[in-house]
Amino acid sequence: MLLFWALVIPFGTAVLALLAWRSLEMQRGISLIGALALLVLTVRIAIRVATEGPFAEQAGGWPAPYGITLVADGLSAVMVLLTGLVAVAVLIFSFADVTEGEKHYGFYPLTHALLAGICGAFLTGDIFNMYVWFEVMLIASFGLLVVGGGKAQLDGAIKYVGLNLIATVAFIAGVGLLYGATGALNMADLHGRLMGRGAETPILASAAVLIFAFGSKAALFPVFFWLPASYHTPTFSTSALFAALLTKVGVYALIRVFTLVYDIDGTPIAALLLGTAVLTMAVGALGALSQGSIRRVLGYSIVSSIGYMILGLAVATPLAVTGALFYLFQDVLVKANLFLGAGATKRLAGSEEFGKAGGIWRVRPWFSLLFLIPALSLAGVPPFSGFWAKLLLARATIEIGSAGLTFMVLAVGFLTLFAMARIWAAVFWSAHPEGDGAITERLPAAMLVPLLALTGAIVYIGIDAGPMVAGAAAIATGLIDPQAYVAAVLGGAE
Amino acid sequence: MKSLILSTCTRMLMPLILILSVFVFWRGHNEPGGGFIGGLLAATAFALVEKAEGLEAAKRALRFRPQSIAAFGLGCALVSGVWGGLQYGYFLKGVWPFITIDAEGNKHGLPFGSIFLFDLGVYFVVLGTVCGILFALEDVVSREADVEED
Repeated sequence: MLLFWALVIPFGTAVLALLAWRSLEMQRGISLIGALALLVLTVRIAIRVATEGPFAEQAGGWPAPYGITLVADGLSAVMVLLTGLVAVAVLIFSFADVTEGEKHYGFYPLTHALLAGICGAFLTGDIFNMYVWFEVMLIASFGLLVVGGGKAQLDGAIKYVGLNLIATVAFIAGVGLLYGATGALNMADLHGRLMGRGAETPILASAAVLIFAFGSKAALFPVFFWLPASYHTPTFSTSALFAALLTKVGVYALIRVFTLVYDIDGTPIAALLLGTAVLTMAVGALGALSQGSIRRVLGYSIVSSIGYMILGLAVATPLAVTGALFYLFQDVLVKANLFLGAGATKRLAGSEEFGKAGGIWRVRPWFSLLFLIPALSLAGVPPFSGFWAKLLLARATIEIGSAGLTFMVLAVGFLTLFAMARIWAAVFWSAHPEGDGAITERLPAAMLVPLLALTGAIVYIGIDAGPMVAGAAAIATGLIDPQAYVAAVLGGAE
Repeated sequence: MKSLILSTCTRMLMPLILILSVFVFWRGHNEPGGGFIGGLLAATAFALVEKAEGLEAAKRALRFRPQSIAAFGLGCALVSGVWGGLQYGYFLKGVWPFITIDAEGNKHGLPFGSIFLFDLGVYFVVLGTVCGILFALEDVVSREADVEED
């Protein structure tokens, strides 16, 4: 039952928050308790995976591969743990960030429905069930995008829903093709059935359709444009939740499906992923340089980070997959920190546009550090967490002897540093257009506490990177050779 | 715009549709039908009231906020899942508290348990969601109509 609580807790919280519609105070309390309960549960799941290895649970007691299976292996466990962490941070931040009106439109129930979808997608062992969780996420995130009800929100939401609906249809089409070719939906079962069949046309066709579907969710080139168009419109709490977790679900799905289900070595799929990854990195990094507000720059930085992770997956050596995983894990914290930091910055300076904000470094130097550290980490500056991720990927590309890829890893890192420096120069260093005296507000504790916690985690991962990299390497080994995962799912009902 | 014919028919049809929806829901236990279709039918009853008597009358007929009804339904479904989980250790496992199995393997008693509760949840989620969407759309349309009249 342990894994199913990861669905019951967020859904139950959403139900209670909906029933407590009249009292925002009660919704707030319920929602925080729900997020804390989710965090405690995800810690328990992570501890169990760390001590006993992967384990699976069957819905309704129907044994795999006939029933729906939830599986926790290292990758899933770390992702749900990060989901719990980010959920708590974002909800605490939302107390100071989300307006009364937005809360009345159902901010709390929708957030928890989104969390349920994210946890479901991370834990499911069934590819059709994963589609269902993508739908849950899509509907909840659509609700969260329009919760403000303004023109800008609606504009962003339409672009978001437009592409995501197409991607979801492609997802179900790919699953249909795969089911037609193999007669299975359980991913561990598919792993066995596809052994040695990777070059057949229907299998390759389904893989290509799924790459399009997951690629759109993860914002890969050339289907990334919905992300920078929509992530700067909702409340900062919602943007942070989306930036930290939603695109990562697409990356997670790509990593899971293209290590467990498909064997991509030596097929055109590997080349396709590699090319897409490099273009995604380049387009994201260049796009970030052309934008004029904090969240728009960060939106493009998400795109280039996604490119890095997929690069690691496409290179597919153990070191490269380790790098991709480490990048994925630490990027959840970095993106949450940056987007929440953007919210606090707007609170102080009155705007997140480059021309209309400034002076924060002189008036609030300590707060500025809480933005500088994740920004440097994103750019890959030592000693922060992002440095190790980029180092691992750079070493992996050197190992396979591809100078071009090594150059891309380093050059895109440099461009990201440049983009972060532009934010720093415009919003923190330059004088506020109305004089630095315009910054009078004190940040509420609800904003500072999550920022401090996230920044602390990034610094800690950067300094004590050894165990984390070793953990990522162990998880990568489990992905490349998924014996333990398959045994946990198919080796008799629990 | 009110139509005498429509509102008179509605008064008769609405209870009929609701009874039918409950029947379809009940039948769905072992035969075609079930919570989803039943919930949709029930929603059409309230849609009819809304068309004939206006939004306020439909809201009064429904009594509770559509969101609360949907939340109640989702809660029922969750409870049915957790019930099986606590009793047998498998989430969503069917629990039949009124059924006893004798020595020959024959079942006696009421086939009434967690699966019925799950279906009831589906019924209310569908009813609440469809009514919620319909009322919200009508709300916007009627507000725009007011603006045009001004």
